Amino acid sequence: MIYRALFPRDPFAELDRLQRELSQAFDLTPSIRGVGRGGFPAVNAGGTPQSVEIYVFAPGLDPATLEVNLDRGVLTIAGERKADLPQPEPKTTLHLNERFAGRFRRVLSLPDDVDPNGVSAQYRDGVLHVSIRRRESAQPRRIEIH
Amino acid sequence: MNDTKAETPAREQPALLPPVDVVEDPSGITLYADLPGVPKDKLNLRVEADTLSLEGEVALPTPEGLQPSHVEVQLPRYRRVFALSKELDPARISAELKNGVLKLRIPRAEHLQPRRIEVQVA
Repeated sequence: MIYRALFPRDPFAELDRLQRELSQAFDLTPSIRGVGRGGFPAVNAGGTPQSVEIYVFAPGLDPATLEVNLDRGVLTIAGERKADLPQPEPKTTLHLNERFAGRFRRVLSLPDDVDPNGVSAQYRDGVLHVSIRRRESAQPRRIEIH
Repeated sequence: MNDTKAETPAREQPALLPPVDVVEDPSGITLYADLPGVPKDKLNLRVEADTLSLEGEVALPTPEGLQPSHVEVQLPRYRRVFALSKELDPARISAELKNGVLKLRIPRAEHLQPRRIEVQVA
């Protein structure tokens, strides 16, 4: 009871804490790299028994400038998005400016059983799709009973 | 009851709000919208009265049996609606979709192109 008196509740701190707890409750695998929501580019990831599939939502890029690296189970995606907007002139007005421009980098840790030699990457409709094969030995196998 | 559910128009389905840039110059307005994952045939642009609506469905190549493990883009659809002002000419809108970025050009109506107004000094 003495604690209540010594540290009065701050409603704003309580709201902060609530928001953190909520976002943690929905994020089933909290990462040390703190994958934030609302950043650029957004990433969806998933897997099948044969492969790991990563979808990077990075519209408006020249695929040649995209850098995708896989090093010791860590996938890094880096690039730069140039602004489409014209140089500010006295006769132009920028009414809304919500789209990301500049350099970006995202780092994702992959499961242990991926095969670094089985990576393919495709850029279509502004989404980079990276597909990484899982190692044969790690794939589930039906064991025959004789 | 089932009938009303089936007739729910697509526009009432939940959708993401795509980020946009809007620039105005003397001859019209240019709008850029980020719609990653939307192919040309899944993009729907409509002008009704003074409303411009963009809607796009995400179509990703997914292998069979894909189990999502980390999801930041949580809905497969984008939608955004803008009110057009009357000096714009909706009949001459041009649209271009490239690498997931939509570029819309909405020109001003011809008879409303800018004109310098002389200030008379009495």
